[in-house]
Amino acid sequence: MPSSEPVSEALSQTLAHQVLGRLADQSGPYFGEFGGRYVPEALIAALDELETEYRKALGDPSFRDELARLHREYTGRPSPLTEVPRFAEHVGGAPGAVRIFLKREDLNHTGSHKINNVLGQALLVRRMGKTRVIAETGAGQHGVATATAAALLGLECVVYMGEEDTRRQALNVARMRLLGAEVVPVTIGTRTLKDAINEALRDWVTNVETTHYLLGTVTGPHPFPEMVREFHRIIGEEAREQMLERVGRLPDVVAACVGGGSNALGIFNAFLDEESVALYGFEAGGEGIESGRHAARFSGGAPGVLHGARSYLLQDADGQTLPSHSVSAGLDYPSVGPAHAWLHDLGRATYEPVTDVEAMEAFRLLCRTEGIIPAIESAHALAGALRVGRSAVAEGRTDQVILVNLSGRGDKDVATAATWFGLIDDAAQGEGDQ
Amino acid sequence: MSTMTTITSPTGTRLAELRAQGRAALVGYLPVGFPDVPRSIEAVLTMVDAGVDVVEVGVPYTDPVMDGPVIQRAAEAALAAGTHVRDVLGLVEAVAEHSGGRVPALVMSYWNPVLRYGVDAFARDLAVAGGAGLITPDLIPDEAREWIAASDAHGLDRVFLVAPSSTPERLRLTARASRGFVYAASTMGVTGARGKVGERAEKLVADTRAAGAEHVCVGLGVSTGPQAAEVGRFADGVIVGSALVKTLLDDAPWADRLDALGRLTGELADGVRHARTTTPEAAS
Repeated sequence: MPSSEPVSEALSQTLAHQVLGRLADQSGPYFGEFGGRYVPEALIAALDELETEYRKALGDPSFRDELARLHREYTGRPSPLTEVPRFAEHVGGAPGAVRIFLKREDLNHTGSHKINNVLGQALLVRRMGKTRVIAETGAGQHGVATATAAALLGLECVVYMGEEDTRRQALNVARMRLLGAEVVPVTIGTRTLKDAINEALRDWVTNVETTHYLLGTVTGPHPFPEMVREFHRIIGEEAREQMLERVGRLPDVVAACVGGGSNALGIFNAFLDEESVALYGFEAGGEGIESGRHAARFSGGAPGVLHGARSYLLQDADGQTLPSHSVSAGLDYPSVGPAHAWLHDLGRATYEPVTDVEAMEAFRLLCRTEGIIPAIESAHALAGALRVGRSAVAEGRTDQVILVNLSGRGDKDVATAATWFGLIDDAAQGEGDQ
Repeated sequence: MSTMTTITSPTGTRLAELRAQGRAALVGYLPVGFPDVPRSIEAVLTMVDAGVDVVEVGVPYTDPVMDGPVIQRAAEAALAAGTHVRDVLGLVEAVAEHSGGRVPALVMSYWNPVLRYGVDAFARDLAVAGGAGLITPDLIPDEAREWIAASDAHGLDRVFLVAPSSTPERLRLTARASRGFVYAASTMGVTGARGKVGERAEKLVADTRAAGAEHVCVGLGVSTGPQAAEVGRFADGVIVGSALVKTLLDDAPWADRLDALGRLTGELADGVRHARTTTPEAAS
């Protein structure tokens, strides 16, 4: 194979390993009191095998080179950093008092950050000699990314998706099928992402000898939370380098949306040990915390166990999982990655809810001011950045730099947005210029 | 101060008695609250009268990843009917009273409901209700420090699972951590009836015994008397869940469903009673 230099110094750091004492290099199974392996014994051997193979791979130059080549030639990394001054004007204050930069994971192949993790795990699958991958998906982004990698590497692929979500995201179902994946609608429970994960776990318990569960976020049993972070840390490493090049210093604030939390952890990771950088995670506030219809685990949940890990969880007094709600399917999940629970309890990162209404306002604003249609998930981070920027202005700051992870593009959300803003039936009225 | 060695296991004692009689135990599973709490008590007592040796009562849970469609549907219905975790205690109490303490009642629960109740509080209340202990399908001994302490403090059995994929080292770890019996999942997979119980079950039981387990019961897939007889040849207990639950999922009048439950329980009980007196050919 041609000698391929890693894409950037960032990638080498991405795969370099474990320096003691740094938050960024925390290894599983525990993140403080969170994480662990709350799964049936039948899966333990597979999780051990996965952990061993993953640690070996990180130390293997041929694995690193192959992943670096795919990042460069297939995904299109490094993803650009874009300053958005017309959007930032809406924070108010003196011109330039708050500068906002977007890390453009939306420009990756398949349209989101998900591909970073999927390619890493798919290469591991090949090393383990397994031939079949299964995945869960909510909005369809992780399912599409997994179907893509499976097509690329010639793996059999089954994607579990709640029946409710297959209806809401019919086009993504077609995309996955075009890529050769089998999409299985899940018809039990709430028929959304949570139930798709249950069904994927049942498949995995049954077929674990031939099958890898390609989990899509930083949740689940060890080693998934640590491993998925490792495959996404390239986001933060690149962004950090790009910020230094562009502004000559680190940002004051890093903002990301948090469903399971993989894009947030990916960008936070490079800044976790920099005390000057404030980290903000924005959860789905849905129709508001008081409405009970939200996915704000830190504001409306409590520590508990779901899908293999101990973390913050939406649950009732009996420990039954409560349904979550969000306009964005990707944030519509009742638990959150254990590393976020740990960062929350440490006080290292701040987690706040952003409502459907706030997110959709920010969604429209980015479209109109910068010509970028974000995923509705990422629009939560944009709304949060506006909020943080406004309080900085209120405090009289004149030199704030905010880095936002634009984790995905909004093509998949056009139908939702058209309904939300009344763009189809009432195109002639309602939607006047502002 | 109780320690592992001084606690007499309620379930282990019963399994040892049955072993002395030359037969395996029939362990019957039903979830509390299906179709509602009072009728689930009736159903479990029907099972006791029809010959189960050990009762396993399931706590319905929203995300039962070890369960197949039959138990999922029953759990979903139980939750929709307003079943609470504490209802399991009443059922356990009813079994203890009805059987005069002869039939040990174990609770099967996914971990979060117990965690939310409070691990020590749950152990305390379960012991007070006359329960024998707890089966934990998604709690491995590695994560069970709090439960091990609570079950020691309250003299309860703790049943962990092993699977065909368990390494010898994990079999030893699990055998050491368990009290009462070790639950051997006969095949890789979730609960539900199967045409054939894995051949791996017999080897798994032997390996688990070799790893130090005093008693090993086999679950997953057993649904008929002949299958119970087959497994009863080599295991200390035969655990049946989905097949029993299925008799209650019917649309028939409740009394007919109870009859069907009683009949199947009787057939399974016959199976374990004759397992070691018939040839394997006759049993299969």
